Amino acid sequence: MNDIVNDPSNESLNHAAEPRYAIGIDLGTTHSALSYVDLQASDGEQAVDAVLPIPQLTAPGTIEALPLLPSFLYLPHPDELPAGERALPWSDTEETAIAGEMARSRGATTPIRLVSSAKSWLCHPGVDRRAAILPTDAPDEVTRVSPLDASTHYLRHLRQAWNAAHPEAPFDQQSVTVTIPASFDPGARELTLDAARLAGFTPTLLEEPQAALYSWIQGSGGRWRKQVAPGDIILVVDVGGGTSDFSLIAILERDGKLEPHRVAVGDHILLGGDNMDLALAHFVARKLSANGTQLDAWQMRALTYGCRSAKEALLADANATTHPIVVPSRGSKLIGGSIRTELTRDEVTAFITDGFFPRVEASARPTVRARAGLTQLGLPYAQDAAITRHLAAFLARQAGATAELEGFSGRVTADHTFLHPSAVLFNGGVFKSGILAQRVMDTINDWLYMEGAEPARMLEGADLDLAVARGAAYFSYARRGGGVRIRGGTARSYYVGVESSMPAIPGMEPPLEALCVAPFGMEEGSELELPGQEFGLVIGEPVTFRFFGSTTRRQDRIGDVLEFWGPDELHEMNEIQATLPADGRAAGDVVQVKLHALATDAGTLELLAVARDGQRWKIEFDVRTAAGVQ
Amino acid sequence: MTQQTNLPGFFSRLSIAFGALFKSLGDAEFAARVRDDGVGPTAAPAPVPAPAPAPAPVVKPAPAPTPLRAPTPDSALQLLSLFQREARLIDFAHENLTSYSDADIGAAARVVHEGCARVLREHFTIEPVRSEAEGARITLNEGFDAASVRLTGNVVGTAPFNGTLSHRGWRAASVTLPQLAERHDAHVLAPAEVEL
Repeated sequence: MNDIVNDPSNESLNHAAEPRYAIGIDLGTTHSALSYVDLQASDGEQAVDAVLPIPQLTAPGTIEALPLLPSFLYLPHPDELPAGERALPWSDTEETAIAGEMARSRGATTPIRLVSSAKSWLCHPGVDRRAAILPTDAPDEVTRVSPLDASTHYLRHLRQAWNAAHPEAPFDQQSVTVTIPASFDPGARELTLDAARLAGFTPTLLEEPQAALYSWIQGSGGRWRKQVAPGDIILVVDVGGGTSDFSLIAILERDGKLEPHRVAVGDHILLGGDNMDLALAHFVARKLSANGTQLDAWQMRALTYGCRSAKEALLADANATTHPIVVPSRGSKLIGGSIRTELTRDEVTAFITDGFFPRVEASARPTVRARAGLTQLGLPYAQDAAITRHLAAFLARQAGATAELEGFSGRVTADHTFLHPSAVLFNGGVFKSGILAQRVMDTINDWLYMEGAEPARMLEGADLDLAVARGAAYFSYARRGGGVRIRGGTARSYYVGVESSMPAIPGMEPPLEALCVAPFGMEEGSELELPGQEFGLVIGEPVTFRFFGSTTRRQDRIGDVLEFWGPDELHEMNEIQATLPADGRAAGDVVQVKLHALATDAGTLELLAVARDGQRWKIEFDVRTAAGVQ
Repeated sequence: MTQQTNLPGFFSRLSIAFGALFKSLGDAEFAARVRDDGVGPTAAPAPVPAPAPAPAPVVKPAPAPTPLRAPTPDSALQLLSLFQREARLIDFAHENLTSYSDADIGAAARVVHEGCARVLREHFTIEPVRSEAEGARITLNEGFDAASVRLTGNVVGTAPFNGTLSHRGWRAASVTLPQLAERHDAHVLAPAEVEL
């Protein structure tokens, strides 16, 4: 890991030229975007930023520059497109896989060749994410790609688009940040970093809710200091195309300056705006089939688009009662063959507002039962569609998140059943609807009222579509010393499972103890050694550990051993594996190693096995093909 | 409602208007007829890309013939292809409306309208020529741009001209059409689709 340089101000050490731009990439589940800040034209909090239009195929032989790159990859049949119809402006060869708008539109009619939601697969704990598994339902003759390949492809497309537009400032010499969900585990973070390396650059990672707050800070042009005060707790509610992500950011005052601290992140919830559109489309399709009209896959796609605009229209205007939806005919007879239906306010209210954002009690918790119409094979979609219930669970779990924070003592009392946010920042296209944002605000304020707390306020002026890319560019700029930084360090503590040395009891697994190997809130660039414990590792023989993370246990220090923990406190993640290559030692030798935890500047966590002579080996989070190592 | 037997209904007019638009684009003689008869849809929003065949330049009687610009069909074909892809415009214009009810036509018109609006929004910046409200009294001083303001009715005397704004006019402030691959055949407006 020589490419990680400890001093952030020296990050361009490997490069001949100082970066001219700070670049932010939103690598989204459904869309990606690239924003940049001109470092020469920016000063202090006045950052000059722009969004790069991304040239992409929108039809065969047709290139358009659009602000967003749909995160879809289409793997065309060799005979499907004429020669020269799939070339990109910067490529002199034919693309074997097509990313962007054309991938999305073609893939809708030929789903067996479409890779979608690669990012959700990248953090899917149950699959080998470097294995060519996508599309999951492709026939054998389609050359599949891995979730890692797909992410690499999008990032490479963005890099090439940048280089085509800015030949004077090569991409890999700029300061680049790529965003990830706050809930990404260490393995998914590392895979994202690997994807970027394969695409030809080494970025810094940033959590998306933080990026949204950075964007809001930047957009306020310095006025954010009037809108928040020390003691504020900002809840970021980020509902993207495919995932929902929550974070809590507390505002501290240090040396007379406001300093945001990210104090908690939520779990990974695979539930987003696209699920809402799809669920609505299935609902309308059921309505149509009750009248004897069956839709094929092509018409379903048109219906999904229609439902999205109908939903947006009805959720934007509280007085609209119905919105028509027309599914055009597939053949050239447009008039006779089109299907007309409509969506009513009652349906949208029942399905979206009450279905995804019900007004629930603060004590509500997501149910783990039937799947609510969110059917796509393979991905572990959230089983409860109610985002407000996920939010209630998150705030309750984090009730003590600020207890030990400087300046926050005494604010939380024992009868608070959840953490009281004082401000809410929304992100994601879903919240273009004032009705939905208001519903979330009302629900949170009901909870606050029941505990006698002041209502939370909504932070205005967020850019809902491009905030993450913009915030990432601003972060790239800020970490070079140009603006406000959000502090907080790692958002989880990590543990390996150790079998306790109790006598075996027939019929019971030996009780497991959890050894803390990386504490909460490790600042980037810091490295800790696990005190006392040494492990004997056999050269050439992989050793696997059960691995756990906690978003709530802030007080555990490295080396602490937990014998008991609450049911919700520790979450088991993929097993981790240490394999010591021979490297001059004889296979079969036993080497005594100590464990080190390292929070890298790039935003990942690394666990290292360090021998007494100082030799280091990385412990892999992403264990290939989990079968057989149980 | 007294003359409805002889006059086309709304949707027929929509179809006629689109027909006239595209016929004007492709057929300079037809465009000249529309221009000269004074009642044609000359003030309709004509989303013409810069290099596309705009209505033929005004030809004044002159001793030497004015050179005419030859139209480049690629951009026009590209635009047609966009209108077909997003708005099914060619499908719509090729339908015979007589056998359908206005409700059926209305449903299809929503597809066409929404798609056309999307194409116009994404590929053109279209703004009114005059910012005044229609019906307002305006004064045209000497040296006004006769290409962007058309005088009608009692056109006599000298500038300044006083009159009522009957249509605000449209101007394409910018055009961004997609780039095409070198060997791309723009004559295929929409490929045939074969489901396997």
